[in-house]
Amino acid sequence: MIAQLTLNERTSALGLLILVALTGALMAVIGGDDPFAAHGVIIILFCAVIAAFVISGFDAPEPRIDRQDSYYDDPTKVGIGLSMAWAVFGMFMGVWVAAQLAWPDLAFDGAWSSFGRIRPTHTTGVIFGFGGNALIATSFHVVQRTSRVRLAGQISPWFVLLGYNLFCLLAVTGYFMGVTQSKEYAEPEWYADLWLVVVWVTYFVVFLRTLARRREPHIYVANWYFMAFIVVVAILHIVNNLAVPISFTQSKSYTIWPGVQDAMVQWWYGHNAVAFFLTAGFLGMLYYYLPKRAERPIFSYRLSILSFWGITFFYMWAGSHHLHYTALPHWVQNLGMTFSVMLLVPSWASAGNALLTLNGAWDKVRDDATLRFMMAAVVFYGLSTFEGSFMAIRPVNSLSHYTDWTVGHVHAGALGWVALITFGSLYTLVPALWKRPQMYSPALVEAHFWLAIAGTLIYVFAMWNSGIIQGLMWRTYTEEGSLAYSFVDTLVAMYPYYIARTVGGALFLLGAIIGSYNIWMTAKRPFMPAATDDVPQALSPAHARVPAE
Amino acid sequence: MREFFHRKIERTAIGFVLAIIAAASVGGIVEIAPLFTIQETVEHAPNMRLYTPLELAGRNIYVREGCYACHSQMVRTLRDEVERYGQYSLAVESKYDHPMLWGSKRTGPDLARIGGKYSDYWHVAHLHNPREVTPESNMPAYRFLSRTPLETATLQSDLNAMRSIGVPYTQEMIDHAVKDAEAQATPDSENAANLLKRYGEKTQVSAFDGVTTQLTEMDALVAYLQVLGRLVELPAKQAASQPSERAP
Repeated sequence: MIAQLTLNERTSALGLLILVALTGALMAVIGGDDPFAAHGVIIILFCAVIAAFVISGFDAPEPRIDRQDSYYDDPTKVGIGLSMAWAVFGMFMGVWVAAQLAWPDLAFDGAWSSFGRIRPTHTTGVIFGFGGNALIATSFHVVQRTSRVRLAGQISPWFVLLGYNLFCLLAVTGYFMGVTQSKEYAEPEWYADLWLVVVWVTYFVVFLRTLARRREPHIYVANWYFMAFIVVVAILHIVNNLAVPISFTQSKSYTIWPGVQDAMVQWWYGHNAVAFFLTAGFLGMLYYYLPKRAERPIFSYRLSILSFWGITFFYMWAGSHHLHYTALPHWVQNLGMTFSVMLLVPSWASAGNALLTLNGAWDKVRDDATLRFMMAAVVFYGLSTFEGSFMAIRPVNSLSHYTDWTVGHVHAGALGWVALITFGSLYTLVPALWKRPQMYSPALVEAHFWLAIAGTLIYVFAMWNSGIIQGLMWRTYTEEGSLAYSFVDTLVAMYPYYIARTVGGALFLLGAIIGSYNIWMTAKRPFMPAATDDVPQALSPAHARVPAE
Repeated sequence: MREFFHRKIERTAIGFVLAIIAAASVGGIVEIAPLFTIQETVEHAPNMRLYTPLELAGRNIYVREGCYACHSQMVRTLRDEVERYGQYSLAVESKYDHPMLWGSKRTGPDLARIGGKYSDYWHVAHLHNPREVTPESNMPAYRFLSRTPLETATLQSDLNAMRSIGVPYTQEMIDHAVKDAEAQATPDSENAANLLKRYGEKTQVSAFDGVTTQLTEMDALVAYLQVLGRLVELPAKQAASQPSERAP
């Protein structure tokens, strides 16, 4: 890892780490007994660990002068490891938080371990920790291969990856201490948000500079999606998190958006975090790794264009469907519903495009669990986008909103689509990256596949049942015209499903642990000669790998 | 033709980024900007009062503990919700809410109109151990709130920050923030009268957690819960008429 950096770069990396650590020290000093100070200490420790790595490799021989002729995959490798570590942490927290709903004493009477504090550690852990690291790792890999050029910069890709993980760490440790803005999926406080802006702008610059140096006339579809993911998430993050801290020595801040406007901004952000983080980014993965694994070109270029611009344009209107029948003005609710329904067209165009790409490779889907991961992901993508459009229709939403149906819908997308496409992509990527003929154990990939499918189905069916039952019970009237059930009656009906969803989540977690072990063993195995010429065009123009298009 | 155009823009990275920004900006601008300019978005309520420092501190505890993950504060315009929770919520009721806490999931019931429905004593007992009050409940116990003294040192900066984003706290309110917080949990004190002068006669002064010698986080949270739905006096005619949509 460190051997890829020149002595100068090692020195500047250390300088950068010292700078960040000094900022942490300042926070620790001025923060007093506020969690702000604790976060300062965490920043120092984080920098110290990385500095130890840099120093341990400081005397390693310098890289060859021609390193520009090879791809830069070290950040991707570390990113994969971090992604899987966050997956196990985030899913474990998910299982725990789910179990608390069935057995509330599992909070053990702690403040840090109560439902409200650990629920965001689950959502942040899986969305930003697992998903975000996977996106950074795969986008770095894909943009190099499809542009046939090495990643721009030597330290900046590391800064993006590790800086992003520092953000995730500040977020999650903050929740345990009660540091939160309460904005769903944007809980971290102002200083973590500012840090993420710095990291994200660097990410944008690295990605754009790499694209600008490409040796391909066209920008490949996968990169359209990664680009949209990076750019729009920046816009969403900045606008939604505008806030005034109570002082620069404390963690607490107040968002500048009041009441109803805050609700609209929050769900404009929240829904488009789904759109551009959990959809666009992962579609970028899909457009590279699925055709690669199936060894088939993407079915239709025109469908790719249609679905890309459809998703980019329509999604941004859809957020207000989270606020049907609320105090948000009707015209905004109606716009949100309309665009949510129209969104089905580009969504199914993507799903159809991916499934039709598999035409002629269905025997591989049967035999190869890795490709089956991606196929199943596409099916869940199609199903949950249909369900999403359906639930955005006002009368349907009057039943589903505030119930577990929403939770089930989110997990059909998060487990079924996001996690499955990630696992499929990583199982394609890991052997190629570490130059192995295949994963350490194909049988474990198969086992992981069935655990993931079983876990997702149990989870989603449990939540459909509980959500629809509770929604119906809330609105059931007796013959005399009074409400038939008290709120507690409807809660009692939920317990069996809360237990079932805990079981489903545990199966999914088990699969992720098996996957992590398999990836670890694949990386650790002794070196075997490469099967392909995995180098940029300049080195071997004749054999350069051309992405399917 | 279209394909030709697209072939062109996918040859330039910057052009592509600009096209993405253009396509993605429209929806947000059209839906968000008018919410600040259309007057009817937020109803007019001249008699609306502000959160007292103690209630604001309680609100921050509500945020800190993630109560919004299971409790909404938004009664929808549906018949069964109005009958279960009370009049549907108006935009003006969260006019001073930074952030709003409308929520998205009801593992527990809606709290938009919980203020005044139960006694302080009930709330304290319930927060101590929800299952003692409602055996079937799956809500976490919040015993530590009674043990934790309320941090009042930041209250002035809290009010100050709120004022800077448009909540009309006066300088007098900011100067007396700490005293007002203590006064609200100490009935019959001299400062309590000043608190009522600043925030209105209807402000609830009470020994919330039953102990007046120490201001705890429990005091603050209960004070907040008791003011929910009571910042605005809803006009009587709105409460009587029922334009709420029937669930299908």
